[in-house]
Amino acid sequence: MEAKVAPQPAVQTPAPPVPETKAGTSPAEQHALKMKASNVNLWYGEKQALFDVDLEIFDRSVTALIGPSGCGKSTFLRCLDRMNDVIDGCRVSGDIRLDGQDIYDPHVDPVQLRARVGMVFQKPNPFPKSIFENVAYGPRIHGLCSTKAELEEVVVGSLTRAGLFEEVKDRLQEPGTGLSGGQQQRLCIARAISVNPEVLLMDEPCSALDPIATARIEDLMEELKEQLCIVIVTHSMQQAARVSQRTAFFHLGKLIEVDQTSTIFTNPKEQRTQDYITGRFG
Amino acid sequence: MSDSQVIKPEGLTIDWRSDKTNRRVRRRYAANRRLQAYGIIAIVLAIGLLGVLVTSIVSTGAPAFVQTKVDLQVDIDSAKVDPQDPASGNYRTIFREAVASAVPGVTSKNQRSIGKIFSSDAPYILRDYVVSHPDVIGKTVTLAIPVSDPFDQLYKGVIPLEVDALSWSQAGWFERLTNRGVVVEQDGRTGLKLDVYIDPAKVEAGPPPSGEFAALARKSLQAYLPNVRDSSLSKMLADDAPEAIAKRIAADPGVIGKTVQIVFPVSAPYAELAKGETPKVLNPRYSPDQIEAFDTLKERGLVHSPFNWELFFRADSRFPERAGLAGAIAGSFYALLVCFLLSFPIGIAAAVYLEEFAPKNRFTDLIEVNINNLAAVPSVVFGLLGLAVFLGYFGLPRSAPLVGGMVLSLMTLPTIIIATRAALKAVPPSIREAALGVGASKHQVMMHHVLPLALPGILTGTIIGMAQALGETAPLLLIGMNAFIPSVENVGLLEPATSLPTQIYSWADSPERGFVSRTSAAILVLLGFLVLMNVIAVALRHMFERKW
Repeated sequence: MEAKVAPQPAVQTPAPPVPETKAGTSPAEQHALKMKASNVNLWYGEKQALFDVDLEIFDRSVTALIGPSGCGKSTFLRCLDRMNDVIDGCRVSGDIRLDGQDIYDPHVDPVQLRARVGMVFQKPNPFPKSIFENVAYGPRIHGLCSTKAELEEVVVGSLTRAGLFEEVKDRLQEPGTGLSGGQQQRLCIARAISVNPEVLLMDEPCSALDPIATARIEDLMEELKEQLCIVIVTHSMQQAARVSQRTAFFHLGKLIEVDQTSTIFTNPKEQRTQDYITGRFG
Repeated sequence: MSDSQVIKPEGLTIDWRSDKTNRRVRRRYAANRRLQAYGIIAIVLAIGLLGVLVTSIVSTGAPAFVQTKVDLQVDIDSAKVDPQDPASGNYRTIFREAVASAVPGVTSKNQRSIGKIFSSDAPYILRDYVVSHPDVIGKTVTLAIPVSDPFDQLYKGVIPLEVDALSWSQAGWFERLTNRGVVVEQDGRTGLKLDVYIDPAKVEAGPPPSGEFAALARKSLQAYLPNVRDSSLSKMLADDAPEAIAKRIAADPGVIGKTVQIVFPVSAPYAELAKGETPKVLNPRYSPDQIEAFDTLKERGLVHSPFNWELFFRADSRFPERAGLAGAIAGSFYALLVCFLLSFPIGIAAAVYLEEFAPKNRFTDLIEVNINNLAAVPSVVFGLLGLAVFLGYFGLPRSAPLVGGMVLSLMTLPTIIIATRAALKAVPPSIREAALGVGASKHQVMMHHVLPLALPGILTGTIIGMAQALGETAPLLLIGMNAFIPSVENVGLLEPATSLPTQIYSWADSPERGFVSRTSAAILVLLGFLVLMNVIAVALRHMFERKW
């Protein structure tokens, strides 16, 4: 268990990335391989957005995807729970495996897959329903709870794990849209973890939040990664350095480099990675 | 100054205080104000025109909301009505006696014309009353009997009691004669001094003198008014005018065969006109004894005009004082019910499929274009389609609200589909993603999240489509949904029916004066329903609207 990263809010971190040393351990390597993408190519219509991406994602750790805008990191993230399926003209080739099973196999039901691989989006998007209903929705549609008491237990448990329960316990029936931005995002996380996903995908979860709310989400990720596998797309290299164990750098649809976070930020192999993390482009 | 020149490229130095710049600023403000002014003018124009329309409809239609009635003491004589079979009593006689007791001095000669003060339906009103209250047989009851249309209009002041006796052209002829100096005063009467050729072939010297004096007098007048018909010329002269010729011959038989000047007295209206008054006569719709009898009824305080509930609770009638909108409202209700039941589910299903599930290809593009075009197809075309397919091919009954509703739903479908698609499009994609992200299937995303959020928009579109359908006339006329429905009882899905707009159409076509105001009143009722539907649409929108 490494030391808590960035106890202070992110604003106080200086501009050039100064990654903390990971106390010489390589936590990601200690864990099992959770997802494995090989030769992933993706086209939006005629335009190819991903080129031969190979990436391994390990359980109980945070993998950060960084890179300039439009480099395909969000697109790749959405491949992992087949959210790209709903986009017209989107085509994926290659092989993505979850626990050794090809998730693009015709026998795999994308709806069940999305219950196993949860997702948190850039903009907090709670349903226009009560806080309780927001969290209860997933367990309900998957039939995870047979009684009301069970459902309440799951909702309270998820809200607690998302660090939101203390703040909202008196107003569970109020609309989720009435919460502040940071609370809404934690509500979305509670909603995502209410169905006990094995993998949690987070697409720039803090980009719409202020630094204090960001810090809370980052703390939350720290706790959640003890139980599940997190993949986060972020524009903030400080954030990647703070929360992740492994970092993958994307550029122009290609995976340039993936390694231990500490290695990426201190001693990248590729010149382009070096240029990006030192702020030469992007 | 030199600093700015360093930064800016050559030639772009702008003096923000020069006259030229000031002018440009002024022009910009003027253009802004002009644009606003155009908008305000357009709105004022639109509101003004709407105001004119509503004012004219309301002022024309308002009289139809009250109905002139006369309280008649009716003696339901048990000798004339069989208590076992009240429907077959001699109500015509009962009614005649009731009128005779209310108006003193009704003779057998004028009883028919005085009876015409009341609605021709009066005996049937009595019959219906007795049938529904059999215990009144043998008693005297006071019933409010509607008056006939001319007297209803007279009491409301829509039709004047007196009208101009002379038409505009008749007054013009007289003016021409005045200008020629022919009009003279003689013996306290207004006369026309005309040259008369006493034709020996047409008169006998007598004594007493005889002959076609009227024709001679007419002929002499015709010399001044060459293109006027004989009958009009005769009306201009007093009845005793030809006698002036006879008097002249009697005084001097030597005038036969000569042309002499004779003064002919003019008829009463022209004499009034010569005095500078506007001559009036009793409106030819009424006879003097009718007016006398009606005045008696008024003096006795029997005439009153209560609110016309029959306008809403009675079906159509040939007599405007008895005509109501209940049949039309029922027909419109059934047609709209069918229209809603068909177009709402079909429209939403089609829109959901097109918006959420359909692949984007040429075929779906074609469907989309066609749906958008359908919304612009004139409604009469849908009526023809209904006539050819529903009536001609499927053999459904004519004039039935079922067919009317089916035709209207063809018209409403594109509106609902377009509104629903717009509402579905307006649901933010983040909601769909959120639902998909927790593992909801497409069906669950639709049913649990997208449709509830789109519902206010869908309902608004639907109600607006239904309101359009409510006001649609042409397709209903084509399938014959303008039947004459004198009773509300047998209105049904498959029975012949009429609807509000077609009722307005047939009333507007009717010659009776009372239907003029009833047409406007029916328009007001239709507008009332439309406003009501729009209010419901707004209310539903507020009720279901949720923020996200």
